[in-house]
Amino acid sequence: MLHPLVIDVSNLTKTYGGKTAVNGINLQVHKGEVFALLGPNGAGKTTTVEILEGYRGRDSGKVSVLGFDPNAKVSKLAERAWRDQIGIVLQTTMDALDLTVRETLTHFAKYYTNPKDSNAVIESVGLTEKVDEKVRTLSGGQRRRLDVALGIIGRPELLFLDEPTTGFDPEARRAFWELIRNLRDEGTSILLTTHYLDEAEALADRVAIINNGEILEVATPKTLGGRQNSKVEISWIENGEPRSSLSDTPTATVQELAARLGGEIAGLTVARPTLEDIYLKMIGENS
Amino acid sequence: MKQISTIKLGLARGTLEIKQFNRQRESVVFTILFPVILLFIFGSVFNDSIAPGVTFSQYFVAGMIASGLVNSGFQQLAISIPIERDLGTLKRLRGTPMPATAYFIGKGIQVLYSMFLQLTLLLFFGTIFFGLDLPTQPSKWFTFTWLIILGTASSTLLGIAFSVVPKSGRGASAVVSPVVIVLQFFSGVFFIFTTLPSWMQHFAAIFPLKWLTQGMRSVFLPDSFATQEAAKSWEINKIAIILIAWLIAGVFISLKTFKWTKE
Ligand SMILES: Nc1ncnc2c1ncn2[C@@H]1O[C@H](COP(=O)(O)OP(=O)(O)O)[C@@H](O)[C@H]1O
Ligand SMILES: [Mg+2]
Repeated sequence: MLHPLVIDVSNLTKTYGGKTAVNGINLQVHKGEVFALLGPNGAGKTTTVEILEGYRGRDSGKVSVLGFDPNAKVSKLAERAWRDQIGIVLQTTMDALDLTVRETLTHFAKYYTNPKDSNAVIESVGLTEKVDEKVRTLSGGQRRRLDVALGIIGRPELLFLDEPTTGFDPEARRAFWELIRNLRDEGTSILLTTHYLDEAEALADRVAIINNGEILEVATPKTLGGRQNSKVEISWIENGEPRSSLSDTPTATVQELAARLGGEIAGLTVARPTLEDIYLKMIGENS
Repeated sequence: MKQISTIKLGLARGTLEIKQFNRQRESVVFTILFPVILLFIFGSVFNDSIAPGVTFSQYFVAGMIASGLVNSGFQQLAISIPIERDLGTLKRLRGTPMPATAYFIGKGIQVLYSMFLQLTLLLFFGTIFFGLDLPTQPSKWFTFTWLIILGTASSTLLGIAFSVVPKSGRGASAVVSPVVIVLQFFSGVFFIFTTLPSWMQHFAAIFPLKWLTQGMRSVFLPDSFATQEAAKSWEINKIAIILIAWLIAGVFISLKTFKWTKE
């Protein structure tokens, strides 16, 4: 990819009282890219993202976010200009304001130099029907959508989303994915964390698998773990017994089986490992 | 790149804070009505004359108006900001380009607003039931105005500064309220200041509340009462200097120590 970097992290480490949460991470996100940090709970996703957002300090390593070190002592004006370009959706938010959805969004829009239209944002996150309801009356999923709305109201160049769809029903998740694709089409760069494989697969241009504070692999969803050239598992039933074999040339193997067993092969399945198989194998080996 | 003015953002924050304040019934009732209730209790129980033409009720109303500045600023903010911190409201704000100064201005506006409501009720009930005389000289109103402005500003900033002390929103009230109550006792709100032990008077003289109560007495009590004060005068200039000193300290401390998150 020839696009410039919006995030450039090298050798990032962070410990909490002697316990290492992030252990020498390298991460590059290009302009216009949707990048997913995929990993189980406690992997270090939030720690990493919040260091990039300027919420937490780090023990060592270099961090550049839109050309800016979030930890550098810079002028307040420089920091404001930087924050004007980024959008943040935190993992946990509990603030139930005594304000309506519209009031909240139009207020936050005032913080940014070039905000989006509040009504359009409310519509894009599917809260149009709730626009005049108090935030404290929203359901968990609706509140999460408001979080996303507040993250994008400033028309960010770079958007951080920390486990944005936790607690969504399948329909809301699909709608959210559509929203992210639209943002990407507008040119927004996105760093999202998730522990849902299907989410990473559906949204990300590239995925980094993170576990125990280390990045195990960075790849496109299709090539993760050598998925495209990995052996294919062929299983069938022979003499009433389940049998299986791994093959690099599944077509030849099936033809051979058909010839040997004389026609139809009982209980035949031919399966490439799923992303889940690869992910679980990686996480398992790392633990 | 074009910049949004911090003052403008502060005003927007203030409008929002007032809107939220009005929608939280408990806090409206607590901060606005509580001083009025105290006024009725103390004003009715102790209504003796304490000097020619001055009753304890009048003395007490002046003290309650000064206390109101501490209640609606310092106390209210030092309790509510840790809650906002616990809930992540502040963390979310910190992620936006809105500067801390605008947040502080917003808080100041909200404090001024609740102070205004409180003051109206205190003056109303004070004049009707407790023989409070509204000043007629313009110079007294001038003193009153700068007392309110300096008092609100320093109370707001000291409340923001103190908001880092409570470890959690839940425990904040238990940490902050005793500080305020002790200060009220020491500063001559519930008792006549000059009757307090001198160590208490000296201790109270470090903090703004003692000076605010004295200033309010200079506005609402007859000038003849000045000789009854600890220094035999209202000490108007000293009051202004001490409040300004606390205001500057408050600006400095809150900008240096303000925490958006618990970490
Ligand atoms: N503020 C903190 N203090 C101490 N330990 C923490 C803190 N935040 C996270 N951790 C620890 O660091 C590790 C990584 O946590 P986190 O970054 O939240 O992971 P994830 O977001 O992937 O679930 C975990 O072991 C967690 O317990
Ligand atoms: Mg997390």
